[in-house]
Amino acid sequence: MEKLLWTPLHEEHLKLKAKMIPFDGFEMPLQYTSIIEEHLTVREKVGIFDVSHMGEIEIRGKEALPFADYLVTNALMNMQDGEVKYSPLCYPHGGQVDDLFVYKVKNDFILLVVNASPDYSLKDYEWIVKNKGNFEVEITNKSKDYGEVAVQGPDAEKLLNPLVRGEISLKELKRFKFIFAELFEKKILISRTGYTGEDGFEIYTFKPEDIIDLWRGVLEEGEKFGIKPCGLGARDTTRFEVCYWLYGNDIDETVNPLETGQGWAVKLDKKDFIGKEALLKIKERGVARKLTGLFVPEGGIPRHGMEVRKNAKKIGYVTSGNYCPSLKKVYTMALLDLPYADEKGTKVKIIIRNKEVEAEVVDMPFLPPFNKR
Amino acid sequence: MIHKVIENLYYAKSDEWLKVEGAIGTIGISDYAQDQLGDIVYVEKIEKGKKIKQGEPLTTIESVKAVSDVYAPVSGEIIEVNEKLSDDASLINKDPYGAGWIAKIKIDHPEELKNLMSAQEYSEYRKE
Repeated sequence: MEKLLWTPLHEEHLKLKAKMIPFDGFEMPLQYTSIIEEHLTVREKVGIFDVSHMGEIEIRGKEALPFADYLVTNALMNMQDGEVKYSPLCYPHGGQVDDLFVYKVKNDFILLVVNASPDYSLKDYEWIVKNKGNFEVEITNKSKDYGEVAVQGPDAEKLLNPLVRGEISLKELKRFKFIFAELFEKKILISRTGYTGEDGFEIYTFKPEDIIDLWRGVLEEGEKFGIKPCGLGARDTTRFEVCYWLYGNDIDETVNPLETGQGWAVKLDKKDFIGKEALLKIKERGVARKLTGLFVPEGGIPRHGMEVRKNAKKIGYVTSGNYCPSLKKVYTMALLDLPYADEKGTKVKIIIRNKEVEAEVVDMPFLPPFNKR
Repeated sequence: MIHKVIENLYYAKSDEWLKVEGAIGTIGISDYAQDQLGDIVYVEKIEKGKKIKQGEPLTTIESVKAVSDVYAPVSGEIIEVNEKLSDDASLINKDPYGAGWIAKIKIDHPEELKNLMSAQEYSEYRKE
């Protein structure tokens, strides 16, 4: 087996007695005490996640913005400096290389935050380099240099605002905006973004070792708010309740963004981008299946890949399924053929360990994100 | 982390414990097993009256992140099931040797107990 990579916080996780697991080429904390406890802390107070495994790819140069706009499906040309946008990154056939966040620093400097993959997000980096063409840009994989933590939960602003020194206060920092600032005398980039469905921030350092002081400092200052370090387990359950996609589970190279509800981030009217032709055709023809929410009253937890049937016929498969700690119920996301996917209340069967378990089509998300509750 | 092992119980290699009182055995999973699984959220329903052989799967336990089978530590008939687990499977995490018991079995062949470990042997077996 290949040696797993460590984030700069690896030793901190061991000190905190985290249960470590392999994930996308990294050895990462699954949980420190309990996934459910960590999950509820993020929903009710504030939690800190090590997400240094995420990849950062810098695109610099005169054509940085149009190049990034050509790469992804969302429209970037009208972005303001200091703005963040979500976007799928597609292959020409419309399936997805990844989904990512675009940080527009300025016209000639775009930062892409991508999912982890072995060798420091090499997959994304190579794809981007391969598609450079004649664009006047310089592409650098900085995944090894950037450290990243996510501070998430209703108390995140109260905790961080007095500590972060920037041109504006965190109170004034709106959703999907970012600033360069200082925290514990380290240079940071901080954005009001996250993957939990709670208010919160993602903080990047430009040197890997800087993230260690940040981690320790935020944990210490967060004590009065009841902060907990949170692992990938709680990262998964928090994102799942609010139905945020997880690359490799809900989306991959065989799944296009028009099938998954990511369509709002596909701007088919923009000039040219990778996957445009295929996605236009798919749109014209209409999709054959859709990512669908299912409620599972009883019978176990559906996991990725399990078959979904209607009248003894396969109509799709589970992309993610889990126990939702805030709702205390089991839900599933599944890619289901139409028309079943569109018919709320439809009863289907999920095959869990050779047993048929009943499930019912329901709305997504299972829990609304904090600003829609 | 030090996991609790209770004296006077029998233990299986697959981390179940068995408390024997006369011809009746109570089955659960060890502190080590619950800790390995993490937050337990589901225990598959066990049918009362089910006949089972030593080492056969009795039920399946799911945590947020894992699935694990529970095997019958001895052969016999299931005469009682812990109904409380269907509402709150986390009882197994909170009290694996007490409120988190899983089922009671009428032991068919007491001689099978010799295939199980004592508390001391099990502690050795699961020593980190």
